[in-house]
Amino acid sequence: MSGHAPTRRAPLLAIYSALVFIFIYLPVVVLILYSFNRDGVGGFPPRHLTLDWYRLLFADAPIWDAVVNSLIVAAGSVALSLTLGLLAALALDRATFPGKALFRRLVLLPLILPGIITGLSLLMFVVFAGAQLSLLTVFLGHGTALISVATTELFAGLQKMDRAQEEASLDLGATPWQTFWRVTLPNLKLSLIAAGLLIFTLSMDEIAVTFFLIGRDNTLPLEIWGRLRRGITPEINAVSTLIFAVSVALIVIWYRVRTRGLGADAQELLERL
Amino acid sequence: MYSRAYKTLVSLPPLLWVGLFLLLPYALMFAHSFWAVRDGALVHQWNLHNYVTLFSKPVYVEVLLRTMRIAASVTLCSLLLGYPLAYYLSFHAGARKELLYQLVIVPLWVSYLVRGYAWKTILGSEGVLNGFFEYLHLTHAPVAFLLYSPFAVVLMLTHIYTPFVFLPIYAALEHIPRPLVEASHDLGAGSAQTFLRVILPLSIPGLLAGATFAFVLSLGDFLAPLLVGGASGTMIANVVQSLFGAAYDWPLGAAISVCILIITISLLFLSERLEKRWSFK
Amino acid sequence: MSSAAANPQHQLSAALEALLELRGVAKRFGAREVLKNISLNISSGEFLTLLGESGSGKTTLLRLVAGFEQPSAGEIWMSGQRLDTLPPYKRRVNTVFQHYALFPHLSVRENVAYGLRVQKTSATEISGRVDEALRMVKMQEFAASRPSKLSGGQQQRVALARALINRPLLLLLDEPLSALDANLRKQMQSELKALQRELGITFLFVTHDQEEAMALSDRIALLRNGALEQVATPREIYAHPATAYTAQFIGQTNLLRGEIIDGTARCGALQWPADSPSGSAIFSLRPEAIRLASDATAPPGTARFRATLQQQFFSGASELLEVNCGGGQLLRVRISARGPLSGEHDFIFSMADAIRVQE
Repeated sequence: MSGHAPTRRAPLLAIYSALVFIFIYLPVVVLILYSFNRDGVGGFPPRHLTLDWYRLLFADAPIWDAVVNSLIVAAGSVALSLTLGLLAALALDRATFPGKALFRRLVLLPLILPGIITGLSLLMFVVFAGAQLSLLTVFLGHGTALISVATTELFAGLQKMDRAQEEASLDLGATPWQTFWRVTLPNLKLSLIAAGLLIFTLSMDEIAVTFFLIGRDNTLPLEIWGRLRRGITPEINAVSTLIFAVSVALIVIWYRVRTRGLGADAQELLERL
Repeated sequence: MYSRAYKTLVSLPPLLWVGLFLLLPYALMFAHSFWAVRDGALVHQWNLHNYVTLFSKPVYVEVLLRTMRIAASVTLCSLLLGYPLAYYLSFHAGARKELLYQLVIVPLWVSYLVRGYAWKTILGSEGVLNGFFEYLHLTHAPVAFLLYSPFAVVLMLTHIYTPFVFLPIYAALEHIPRPLVEASHDLGAGSAQTFLRVILPLSIPGLLAGATFAFVLSLGDFLAPLLVGGASGTMIANVVQSLFGAAYDWPLGAAISVCILIITISLLFLSERLEKRWSFK
Repeated sequence: MSSAAANPQHQLSAALEALLELRGVAKRFGAREVLKNISLNISSGEFLTLLGESGSGKTTLLRLVAGFEQPSAGEIWMSGQRLDTLPPYKRRVNTVFQHYALFPHLSVRENVAYGLRVQKTSATEISGRVDEALRMVKMQEFAASRPSKLSGGQQQRVALARALINRPLLLLLDEPLSALDANLRKQMQSELKALQRELGITFLFVTHDQEEAMALSDRIALLRNGALEQVATPREIYAHPATAYTAQFIGQTNLLRGEIIDGTARCGALQWPADSPSGSAIFSLRPEAIRLASDATAPPGTARFRATLQQQFFSGASELLEVNCGGGQLLRVRISARGPLSGEHDFIFSMADAIRVQE
C-alpha cells in the first residue's frame, strides 16, 4: 500500500507551537541555569558560574534525610497501590457486586479531586482514630490516593488481554491460582511497570496530601517547601535541577525498557501514558 | 469462569480499604462540617452555621469567586495553549510527532514544586524577568504585579496544566481517522472549514476532559497561591488550609471542603454527560 | 509491455475527448518508487478500472488524481487545465473512500449535504438536491440516521450520494466494494454500473478483483509494480493478454513455456505449428479453450495432445480438470459438467487460442 498522507506546512501554527514549547520549558531552563549562578536566584544575566551550591547541597544532611524518607514512602506506596490496585482492577473486570458503580467512582476520585480534600479527610480520620502524624500516615495517604492510578492502568491492561489465554490455561489443567501467576500477571507486566513508575514519581513529588499528614520527618518536597518559607537560595535551584535530572533519567530508562523489543505493546503503553 | 471465592477474594480487600480510608474519611469530613468549635475545642453539636457563614460573609464569598475566576482563566489559557499545540502535533508534525509528544510529556514528570519555585524566581522584583527587562533598559524599576498576584497564580497554574490539557485533546485528535479529513477536503472544504466542521466537533470529548481536569484541580489548589499568590492571590483552598492550621476552625474548614467537593463532583458529572453526548463512533 | 489501446478508433476517440490526462506521472516515497512513468488518458463518460494487486500503486495513483498526494514527476491535466497543482478542495473530482469515511457526528442528510454546505449553497437548493441524491441511491428513509446505525452496504450508498451530489467531472472509487460480502457485492456492482450509465459521469475505479474489473469496466488499466502492464477493454485484455502476468492475473490460464523452432512451437509434450519468430516463447492457453477430443470434431488449425487425469473439480456448470501431459507438465482444462472421469484422454485446442505473450 502507499504511504501516509503528506503533512502540509502550517507556518503560523508551527511558530505558535514553538512559543508554547518555550513557555513550557522556560522555567526549567532558568532554574537549571541559575543553579550555577554565584549571585543568587534573581537578576539578569547570570554571571560567575559556580558549582558551590551543589557542594553545599551534598553536605546538607536534612535534605538527604528527606530524600531517604521520600524513597521509603514512595517504595511503600508502589507496593500498596499496585497490590490493592491490581485487586480492584480484577474486581472491576470480573466480579459483580452491589455498589460496584459507586466503588469504581470512589476508587477513581482521588485522581481528580484536589489533593487538599483527600489530605484533610484523611487527617480527620487519623485524628478520629487517635493516631499520631508520621511517615506512616503519609504513606497511608499516598497509597490510598494512588490506588486510582494503579487501578486505571491495570484495568486497561486487563481489558486488552486475550481472555482465551486464561481459558486455555484452565483447560490444560492449571488451577485459578496457578493461572493467575503463570498467565494473568505476565500479561500485565507492562501495565504493572508503567503504573509502578508513575506511582513512584507521583509519590516522590506529592505535596498537597502530604502537607496535612506529615509528622516530624519530612519528605523531600516538604523539606524544600520549608526552606522556601525561610528564604530562597540557589541551593534550592540545585536540588530542583537534580530532581529534574533524575526525572528525565527515569523517563529515558522507561523509554528504553518499553522500546526494547516490546513492539506493539510499547505503542499502546505510550498511548495510555 | 471465576468462582465466587475468587471474586470475593479480589473484591474484598480493595473494598475494605476504600471504605475505610476513602469513604469513612469523606463521611467524617461531611460530619465535621455540621459541628462547631467552642473555646478552641471541637464540639459535636449539629448545626448549619458553617454553611451560613460561608455564603453570607463577604470575605468568603469574595475568595470563592476569585478562585472560580482564576480556575476559569487557567482553564481558558491552558486550552488556548494546549489545543493548538495538540492540533499541530497531530496534523502537521509529520515524522517528528513522536519526539515532540515526548517533549511535551517530560515536564509532567518534573516536580510541581520545582516548577512553581522556578516561576517564583522568575517573576519576583529581583527575579529573572525583571532583571531581563532592566538589562534591556525596558524598565527602570521592578514591575510589581508579576509576582504575588492573581496574575502570577494563573500564570503558574497555566504552566502546570497545559500539558495535562494537551494529553486528552491530542489523544482525541489522533483518534480522528485521517480519511475523514481527506473526505472533507475532497468535498471542497479547506483547512479552516475542515477544522470547524469535522475536527473540532470530534475532539470535544478530549477537550472537555482536559478542561474539567484543569478547572477542578485549579479550584482546589493551595500551593500556587502560597508560592506566588501573595495576599491578593489567595484562593479558597488557602482559607481551608488556614482554618485547619492557625485559624483553628475545623468545622468551617470542613464545610468549605464539602463545598469544593460538591462543586468538583457536579462538574465531573456534567462533563461526563457532555462527553457522552459528543462521542461518536 | 504495452500501454496502447487495442484499436485505432479507440485511440482516436480517447484523444478527442480525454477528460483526464496523466502525463509521465511518477511517485516516490523516500527511496521507494511506487509509480513509474504513468501515461494514461481517460475519456469523458468512461468507466475505467485501475486493476492490480496490493502494492501495485493503483491506490496511490487514485490519490494523486484526488489530490491527497503530489506527483514526484509528471503532470495531471483535466479538461485541458493543469490539475495536480490544485489542492483537493478545488478539484472537480470527488472520491468514494474504501471505508466510506462518513462523518460520524453528522446524520446521513448532513453528510450528503456537506459538499454543498461548504460551497455556501442556499438551504432550499441543498434540501432539494439532497433528497434527489438520496433517492438515487435509495436511502431516503435513512436521512435522519447516524452512519454508525447503518450497514456496510448502506454506508456505501451514502458515501456515493455524498460524492455525486457535487456533480463532479470525475468520480474516484477506492475499492468501494471490497468490504462487502459476496452477494451484496454483486448487487452493488450492478447498481454502480447502472448508475454510471445513467449519469454519464466518468468513473475511475480501483480494485484488485479482476472479475469485478471485467464486469464493470469500459477499459481496464492493469498496474504491476507501479507501471502499466496493459490498458484495454475487458474482452480485449482477456482474449489477447500482452504478457504472462496479464494472462495469469485476469482469468485463469495455462502458461506454456517452450520455444519456436522453424515454425513449430514446442512446449513440453505439446507441439503445434506456429507462425511466429523463432526463439524461446511463452504461450497463454485458457482452460476453456481446451476440449476433449471425443466431444467435437477437430477442424483445421487444431492441435492435439494426450494427458492423464489427475484431479477433477466440479463447479456446477463446468468441470475443471488437472491433467498430466507427462514429464510433470500439468495443464488445466475446463469442460462442461459430465460426471467423474478417469485415465488417459485426448485433448484438442485451436492453435489460434494459444496466445504468445511477453514475460
